[in-house]
Amino acid sequence: MAKLTNALIIGTALIAVAGCSKKRPETLPPAPSETAPPVDQTTTPTGPTTTGVAPGSAADFQQSVTADTVHFDLDQYDIDPQARAILDSQAAWLAKYPNVRVTIEGHCDERGTREYNLALGDRRANATKNYLASRGVDASRMTTISYGKERPVAMGSDEASWAQNRRAVTVVIG
Amino acid sequence: MNHHFRLGRWLAALVAAVAAFPAAAQQAAAPPPQQPGGAPLEVSVTGGISAPMPIAIPPMPTPQVTGTPAGNTDVLGQKLADVIAADLRNSGLFSPVGRNALRAISFPEVTAPAFDYWAGSGAQALVQGYIRANGDGTLTVGCYLYDVFARNELTRQGFVVSPADWRRAAHKCADMVYTRLTGEGPYFDSRVVYVSETGPKGNRTKRLAIMDQDGANHRFLTNGQSIVLTPRVAPNQQSIVYMSFADKRQSIYVYDIGSGRQRQVVSSPNLTFAPRFSPDGRYILFSMAVGGNTDIYRVSASGGRPQRLTTSPGIDTGGSYSPDGSRIVFESDRSGGQQLYVMDANGGNQRRISFGGGRYATPVWSPRGDLIAFTKLGGAFRIGIMSPSGGGEKILTDGWQDEGPSWSPNGRVIMYFRTTQGGRGTADLWSVDLTGVNERKVPTPLDGSDPAWGPLRP
Repeated sequence: MAKLTNALIIGTALIAVAGCSKKRPETLPPAPSETAPPVDQTTTPTGPTTTGVAPGSAADFQQSVTADTVHFDLDQYDIDPQARAILDSQAAWLAKYPNVRVTIEGHCDERGTREYNLALGDRRANATKNYLASRGVDASRMTTISYGKERPVAMGSDEASWAQNRRAVTVVIG
Repeated sequence: MNHHFRLGRWLAALVAAVAAFPAAAQQAAAPPPQQPGGAPLEVSVTGGISAPMPIAIPPMPTPQVTGTPAGNTDVLGQKLADVIAADLRNSGLFSPVGRNALRAISFPEVTAPAFDYWAGSGAQALVQGYIRANGDGTLTVGCYLYDVFARNELTRQGFVVSPADWRRAAHKCADMVYTRLTGEGPYFDSRVVYVSETGPKGNRTKRLAIMDQDGANHRFLTNGQSIVLTPRVAPNQQSIVYMSFADKRQSIYVYDIGSGRQRQVVSSPNLTFAPRFSPDGRYILFSMAVGGNTDIYRVSASGGRPQRLTTSPGIDTGGSYSPDGSRIVFESDRSGGQQLYVMDANGGNQRRISFGGGRYATPVWSPRGDLIAFTKLGGAFRIGIMSPSGGGEKILTDGWQDEGPSWSPNGRVIMYFRTTQGGRGTADLWSVDLTGVNERKVPTPLDGSDPAWGPLRP
């Protein structure tokens, strides 16, 4: 009985971890040249392009851009210099793959009412879209969606969590 | 002995209510003689309540114990009394006498109460009734209200229901008692649609659910595959309008309660949300975000081309019609932060009504027309009320996040949801009366949010 319980707890924990890592925003720049797994390097000496990641894919986007997520101040939706740098890297990648489409998700922290936050998330998604458009990404390649406060990535009710949750995430479609 | 329950200010409406006699009384047995009493037995809903009125509700006898799909009539007689007692207790205005002080009454005693016995129990009012199985499979429930010290009958009603609806007969009886003694409108025989929540904070499963006002007869309506938000019940109670994230495209849908079918109301690439029925059910008010600017629109409930009502740059949302349909209260951040505004139904004559410190959101016009409930933001979220002209602001709750008020059909109770802090925070439905004193948790099987209190059932 105790073993079964333990197994269940471990199983639940694994699922939770998997869910987190999938959703976690890339707030930090990815480590440089995180390319092929070590096993590949020992077997066949391949070129630097063999990352196992298809060019133009969502995984390629994640590896190539500074971050897929930009953040906002409380009840704000302006694109600050840090966000501009991130979006510039996204625009550069999107310029390389002109057929790729993206959805920009706008999110809010839990300190607004539900419907207002839907509107605020829409503002953030549109501010992000407009900045990318100003950097040459065709607006027809970008759709927006607002999740309001429905999908936080940080679960705490504290300043650090709220700051992580006030965000716009660029998601490659397909 | 002062048998008369004079509490706080009396409402002018009380006088009118005394003369009102319910139309459904024909089902009841022969009336006892009316005795001219002294001052009437009455309760004030909005005054300073010092103590709830003691009221006795003995089990309802049955002339013949009969089996029904909901249990036999003897068992149902006890359950009816329990449901009536729970409704009246939950109103905060009544204190039902405990079971120990109750005694079983005989069928003939229903119309000939043992006033001396009930006076000894401390009760000021007495609710007696009976339950009878009819030959056609229906049940008749008779409901009688007595003034214990004046020794007279105040009112009576009878209800014919299917066995599955036995609780509705109890709610109708409790409504009769509440209405007669407070002068306020009824509200116990009503349902609530809300969003049932479960799962981790970052990935909540949200399902539409419907239940009786007291949490009974709970039923899930959607399967949780899509996020659903902010339901509202149609005035005719046949459908629900809500917002859903189906297919990663947010839109407003109407759910038909009878068939379970859903249809999209507005087809737009833009974010459409915050749907509300007009009082006549012909229109749906909603918000649409176009390029980051949110305004309020109106569309026929059957669909068609939306009409834009607000044009300010900024977020205009959360509209709610006055009960006569002539005006709309909404929130807007056009002044910098969220504040409440009232406009004519065509969008004209917009003016701000909230001027206290902090931000104001989610305004809802009372079905009585006299008050507007809202969420006040200033660190915490709290539920408050003010007049439609913005006066008389009063904060009713004090949670960390109390959001999304919804009025009872009589405009005297507000249901809302309370969220607690942190990753393991919960969301639950609560109700509060206009005094702010009688605050209680509404039972739901899982967590709950976005309550929408439907109209009184016919």
